[in-house]
Amino acid sequence: MAELVAVIASTHHPFYYRASTSTGAERPPFADEWVRKVEAFRETLTRARPDVLVMVGSDHFHQLWLDNMPQFLVGKAPCYDANFHNEEREFGLPRMLVRGEEDLSAHLLRGGLDLGFDLAFSNELRIDHSITCPIITLRPQNDLPIVPVYTNIFAPPLPRPGRFVQLGRAIRELVESWPDDRRVAVIGTGHLSLELGGPRQFGPHGPDPEFDRKAVGWISSGDLEGCLAEVTLDSLWNPGNATHGFMDFMLMMGVAGEGRKADYVDTYDLFHTMEAYFTWYPNGGGRP
Amino acid sequence: MSKYLLDKFLFTVDRDPELVERYRSEPRATVEWWEAEYAGRILGCHAGEASTWQRFDDVEREALAAHDYPKLFELGAHPFLTLTLFIAMFERDHAEPLGFQREYARRLAHHTLPYPDIAT
Repeated sequence: MAELVAVIASTHHPFYYRASTSTGAERPPFADEWVRKVEAFRETLTRARPDVLVMVGSDHFHQLWLDNMPQFLVGKAPCYDANFHNEEREFGLPRMLVRGEEDLSAHLLRGGLDLGFDLAFSNELRIDHSITCPIITLRPQNDLPIVPVYTNIFAPPLPRPGRFVQLGRAIRELVESWPDDRRVAVIGTGHLSLELGGPRQFGPHGPDPEFDRKAVGWISSGDLEGCLAEVTLDSLWNPGNATHGFMDFMLMMGVAGEGRKADYVDTYDLFHTMEAYFTWYPNGGGRP
Repeated sequence: MSKYLLDKFLFTVDRDPELVERYRSEPRATVEWWEAEYAGRILGCHAGEASTWQRFDDVEREALAAHDYPKLFELGAHPFLTLTLFIAMFERDHAEPLGFQREYARRLAHHTLPYPDIAT
């Protein structure tokens, strides 16, 4: 069976690519420290020596639209083109091509359906910055095949937080039952408190530093019970109108497991939103 | 009242660089053209299989024609779609980095929680 060698949860800040590659007067003052933190985070994936990446993210109204909106979707394709015109325009993100691992996609789809998740699928999926940002930060050589998993954190009605946790648990079970001897890492990205297109956007910090502090505590200690007791679809509007992306962190807590402390935790308080990076090594193998 | 159609306008204009420029320079004419020619298109279907019933109401049409993004927020248009398209049109007019985004926040500052419902 395949081995789950790392579970990684991260924010996906679309400005990282431009900040980290800019030079001279264009380079923002926070870039050097950001790069240092990202490179240290990258090492936590490198150390686990993965062969395949399952990547959880959320389409930002790029390919998926309101006339046909899936709640959870698994890509099953040999390749995924990546990034969209408006991400090049606004964030300077490059166009990319990522290889797919179709056999694991098929296994997640069949197994997920049998576990009670009515997963949608796509055989021609263009992935966006929710998946390409962690490739840029964690695996910039882009040399590993992926299985993209998209969640709807964007277009109400949304699945409830508990459903994200259940799906995370199911993804773990399915990765560990994949009849293949390769090493798999599951990487998911979401947000802490975040406001987009509202009065609290683009402030000097994230819109709700107190929520961020609690969220980092829940994730780093694996406190799913505490997190689920406080976080609801209604409550997530309060820290910022795009904070439902936190449910992708909850999904990753489901992959990592109840009560499972993260082996690596780092944060970076930036304008607009706080960056947060977490790594778990399920079998202890990647710990330094 | 159709939040869906407002979102569809913002979504389809944002992804087309020519339409972004048309909407920036001729907003009223672009909204009229879009409602007549584009509103019914089902994005995954042949052009001959368009919807026949999509219409803006007067308030929605005027908010789009006036580039009135605070009004779009109030009407429950999806804030991510509005923000993304309006950055594409107006960020260039501000010298300071994030200048437009901060002005945008200021113009919405009178809103308190709960924000207008964005469910479609």
